[in-house]
Amino acid sequence: MDAHLTPSPQLLADAERRYRGGPTVEARFDIPEPGFSVTVLFGPSGSGKTTALRLLAGLERADRGSIRFGGATWSDAARGLHCPPQARNLGFLPQAYSLFPHLSVSANLGYGLASLSARERRARVDELLALLDLRDLEARHPGELSGGQQQRVALGRALARKPALLLLDEPLSALDRPSQVRLRKELRSLLRTLDIPTVLVTHDRAEALQLGDRLVVMDQGRVCQCGDIQQVFDRPTDPAVATILGVETVVRGRIESIVGGMATLSVGSARIFAADPGGLGWEVFICIRGEDVAVERGSTPGSGSTARNRLPARITALNPEGSLVRLSLDCGFPLESLVTRQACADLGLSEGDGVCAVLKAAAVHLIPHD
Amino acid sequence: MDWQAIRLSLWLATLTTVSLLVLGLPLAYWLATSRRRWKFLVEAVVAMPLVLPPTVLGFYLLMAMGPRSPFGRAWESLFGRTLPFSFEGLLLASVLYSLPFMIQPLAAAFAAVDRGLVEASWCLGESRLRTFLRVIAPLSWAGILTGVVLSFAHTLGEFGVVLMVGGNLPGRTRTVSIAIYDQVQAMDYAPAARTAALLLGVSFLVLTFTYALRRRQRKPWTLI
Repeated sequence: MDAHLTPSPQLLADAERRYRGGPTVEARFDIPEPGFSVTVLFGPSGSGKTTALRLLAGLERADRGSIRFGGATWSDAARGLHCPPQARNLGFLPQAYSLFPHLSVSANLGYGLASLSARERRARVDELLALLDLRDLEARHPGELSGGQQQRVALGRALARKPALLLLDEPLSALDRPSQVRLRKELRSLLRTLDIPTVLVTHDRAEALQLGDRLVVMDQGRVCQCGDIQQVFDRPTDPAVATILGVETVVRGRIESIVGGMATLSVGSARIFAADPGGLGWEVFICIRGEDVAVERGSTPGSGSTARNRLPARITALNPEGSLVRLSLDCGFPLESLVTRQACADLGLSEGDGVCAVLKAAAVHLIPHD
Repeated sequence: MDWQAIRLSLWLATLTTVSLLVLGLPLAYWLATSRRRWKFLVEAVVAMPLVLPPTVLGFYLLMAMGPRSPFGRAWESLFGRTLPFSFEGLLLASVLYSLPFMIQPLAAAFAAVDRGLVEASWCLGESRLRTFLRVIAPLSWAGILTGVVLSFAHTLGEFGVVLMVGGNLPGRTRTVSIAIYDQVQAMDYAPAARTAALLLGVSFLVLTFTYALRRRQRKPWTLI
């Protein structure tokens, strides 16, 4: 009955690739809407992210299940149907970029435009050269480009045919760290202007948070969880997902002011201080590790501490984890703290107690997300 | 010098090389990319001429072309003449005899092309054939050149198979290597020495040219 009311999602993947004597990798997630969105396939290396992306591209044949995109069936194992990559109208950016070494930058960009007239092709290539700021490099060959330039050419080549879906396999991992941070911001605003869905593979949490809208967490070939990025970080379905995400608290916040390298943020109903990493917009994700959060009895400010953040909090849950105890706190936003069993016993902590959560501004990691 | 034999050898080598290129490009591509389990059988068959004595190969070819084999009979009823001791028979034998000299460099070159480039081309909408012409072949130019030169030179120098299948008919099946053999048998050393020196010079020049060209990497041509 619902089928008539809710429109079918833009992308619906539920497919599996089995390797003989090896693992099974599944691509099981959806993209609800057409138009701009970034879905991040996230997980440790060897978790099957790239294979899942290759299933979408049609470079791997599904052994079970189906993949549908925008009303077309791309793959249906039960009916023996497999639409080749040539017929899927997608842009694919492989991890190694795979630029054609014997062709110039212009010829690489225009490679997929063989069906256009020479004039139309030239016009489209010029457009891409301008869009990706490659105009001075058009006659060069890939071997004469830096990593960042190669990345832009590969992205431009993938966009040349105006694809309906963009697949990016670790688009920034081949670059040095400073370029990565700079390009993340550029990449997201570029993707926004294209107004098409993107599926992006990464194992870097900061990259996932900064670029993604939706998160698909993968482990050992399986999709563990799929949903809105904040939702997944807020409520990991099981401890395995939490371990993969690797940080206990991730919340959205808004910058109120930045003064002298210190940012003031509003998070939920609380206000916290963080060191300004530079390059921030207004919206950010705030990441805090459990071991960086200390807990004190009472809410009176102690004197002589370097910790900038002292937040009145209530203990909502208390779970032993080996030699540690995980405290779930409510301090205007959900905050996780890891303390030793000994400390927990000494303070006599129990559920419902009012405490003070203490953390240094330097332990609050900010990731821009505009 | 026996110019007739030299002309015939050059013509035979040219036709053999062209035939091998037409046959070899798809076969080598298949060998380089196929994942069939029985691929090794095809590889072994293709490599056979490398280890078989030319007389053995020639013997079986002669049997296969003869009037008692179905193939020989079919050929005769189609074209009205027999294959053994004809130029066509010699061409067929040369193609088989030089097969590994074309296939192996081609297959090695195709296999060395990064699979990611091929997949990138597919994702950009290009068919397998067009991907071959636009990416694989241009990047394999050195291997293709090697295959062409080796097939040509090998055909120019073949002796045993020619003797078995073609015999020694001037203007039809007498190649340059047979001519030299004849001259030596007749104690006619002076023309044999000249012809041998010519073959030596040509072979050396062709190989020098090939290896010099191969050194100039990264200047491949494109087919389309």
